[in-house]
Amino acid sequence: MKRHLLEAADLDRDDATLVLDTAAQIDQALAGREVKKLPTLRGRTVVNLFYEDSTRTRISFELAAKRLSADVINFSAKGSSVSKGESLKDTALTLEAMGSDAIVVRHSASGAPHRLAGWVRGSVVNAGDGTHEHPTQALLDAYTIRRRLGRLDGVRVAIVGDVLHSRVARSNVWLLSTLGAEVTLVAPPTLLPVGVGSWPVQVSYDLDAVLPKADVVMMLRVQLERMNASFFPSAREYSRRYGLDALRLAALGDEAIVMHPGPMNRGMEIAADVADSVRSTIVEQVANGVSVRMAVLYLLLGGASS
Amino acid sequence: MTTLIKGARVLGGDPADLLLEDGRIAAVGGRLSVTGATVVDADGLVALPGLVDLHTHLREPGREDAETVETGSRAAALGGFTAVHAMANTDPVADTAGVVEQVWRLGRQAGLVDVVPVGAVTVGLRGERLAELGAMADSAARVRVFSDDGHCVADPALMRRALEYVKAFDGVVAQHAEEPRLTAGAQMNEGDLSARLGLTGWPAAAEEAVIARDVLLAEHVGARLHVCHVSTAGSVEILRWAKSRGVQVTAEVTPHHLLLTESCAESYDPVFKVNPPLRTDADVQALRAGLADGTIDAVATDHAPHAVEDKESEWAQARPGMLGLEQALSVVVQALVEPGLLDWAGVADRMAVRPAAIGRLDGHGRPLTPGEPANLLLLDPAARSVVDPAALASRSRNSPYAGRELPGRVVATFLRGEATVLDGKALR
Repeated sequence: MKRHLLEAADLDRDDATLVLDTAAQIDQALAGREVKKLPTLRGRTVVNLFYEDSTRTRISFELAAKRLSADVINFSAKGSSVSKGESLKDTALTLEAMGSDAIVVRHSASGAPHRLAGWVRGSVVNAGDGTHEHPTQALLDAYTIRRRLGRLDGVRVAIVGDVLHSRVARSNVWLLSTLGAEVTLVAPPTLLPVGVGSWPVQVSYDLDAVLPKADVVMMLRVQLERMNASFFPSAREYSRRYGLDALRLAALGDEAIVMHPGPMNRGMEIAADVADSVRSTIVEQVANGVSVRMAVLYLLLGGASS
Repeated sequence: MTTLIKGARVLGGDPADLLLEDGRIAAVGGRLSVTGATVVDADGLVALPGLVDLHTHLREPGREDAETVETGSRAAALGGFTAVHAMANTDPVADTAGVVEQVWRLGRQAGLVDVVPVGAVTVGLRGERLAELGAMADSAARVRVFSDDGHCVADPALMRRALEYVKAFDGVVAQHAEEPRLTAGAQMNEGDLSARLGLTGWPAAAEEAVIARDVLLAEHVGARLHVCHVSTAGSVEILRWAKSRGVQVTAEVTPHHLLLTESCAESYDPVFKVNPPLRTDADVQALRAGLADGTIDAVATDHAPHAVEDKESEWAQARPGMLGLEQALSVVVQALVEPGLLDWAGVADRMAVRPAAIGRLDGHGRPLTPGEPANLLLLDPAARSVVDPAALASRSRNSPYAGRELPGRVVATFLRGEATVLDGKALR
């Protein structure tokens, strides 16, 4: 593994498979244990540097680090020196001076983790940067698919929704295609980036045409504010054309699964009964997230000390 | 003060001596000899008219931590310039006779280049109502170029009025062509790369649509239009079409748009963030071709100094803009002269003659012949050097060429016969 995890586009097949295999080993090692904790990162310090609110991702990283026995510091931009105008660089150097070995960063600016990686000696893990990437989300999604379907090679994945603004979509596009899956993006044309033609994916504007051929349907969160910027006319129209409801669920193949990175807009991109159906892996994704993030921290930090 | 330049190749021609006396070129010829003259050995050097920049940000008044009229003037002289147009987006904005006269006076005090203030088109660059353009034109600064650069005069009716109004004093509106509704939050060129990097795209159409509108307006009212920092192949095509119709339109391109592409953004290093953004290689080639065939009239630096903290940040937080004065000629040598797209006469035309004509500067961009003002530079075309931002005269360090090897070295610059640069060093 490289020193940082900045983007899924960086990961080759071997690196990505190593993360997934390591996560599987961790799951095995912890299965049935009363104390769900490994001593691997004892004495190492992981900082969660979150410039955006994200309870679930932060908690997931925090749990992952704690289960590896690392010391964890949560640094939220709100109510800190950041709100007094401290720059990202100064914050990073301060945290490093206090002895952090890894910085897990969530930031609203695309590329912020790349900048950080240029300023600090420790490892940087991208926990979501702007509309760029969210590599650990893609890794946990890949892990979930592999566990459910037993493979990634040749798996047909439909990613549905606001691709334009989605870091989850970008990371999944690169990672899943690296791992041999066939990705189809489904969205209204307004929510696909200009330049999507250069991605290793198929593109469709028609959800109903794609569903019968999909092994995995990954629904993306659609923010209602997009409506005001004319990306689509109304929430109802969006939901009718691109929402996953029970009727559409029935069009899926027998083995097909439904994924969502959360948080969901029930009734918007996904109907409540779909989210709660047996095909849904949404809760599983959350659980797998901890294992995959443990694997990432272990691979970035565990090797470095030995 | 008398200076004898020995053996310079005027516009790349055969070696000749130039005698500079009383601010003018007194004689040009083979083996001149004058007693008492300071002799400058120009063996192997190319003599060009002093360069004229239509687009410089000197940051004074307001951001003297990034640049001052004096430090920017020094950077300009080192780059071979003898005149620079100082853009109006200072703080306070150069939208009154008082501010343009202040900038003009600071330029005179520095005495390294002629600092020619640009006046704002609209009050406070807000795009709402015209600034007192006539007062700026009539001031000591004699403003002829008006621009809201940094902002587009987006309101078509206001743009029409500005184009018409400045005809009264032979002025020109220099438009920053950017349809603001199409570039809200934009960070880089919109295309394959912006899609991958997750940076909001700045579509070429946002520039081209405004240029198309403005050339039609200029034609309709019979006014002069100048287009700032043209950055796309489509813009070049629109300009070519407009010129073929006889529209009085001129255009400039920056050194960075002639050399660098959007791929620089992959580093997320905001030193490469600029407005308009770096574009694709196809755009770069079209801009070079447009400059070579004269569709684009001038190279203008858009020299935009920024304090370290305004660039050492996340890409989205950083201010757009990059330095250009000290490397402009080197970039043109690399991008156009070395590939054979432009000869030395062409360089003189695009970097001195035409920009001076657009700005209506009488004493600049003149041929290097007896009787003309002695504004010129000597360039060593064979020299190559690696750009070191720490060594720049600008107060800022945001050079996109850091670490790049570029050809050409300005050895000397003369402003009305007085050396401002000798041996590659500023004399004050």
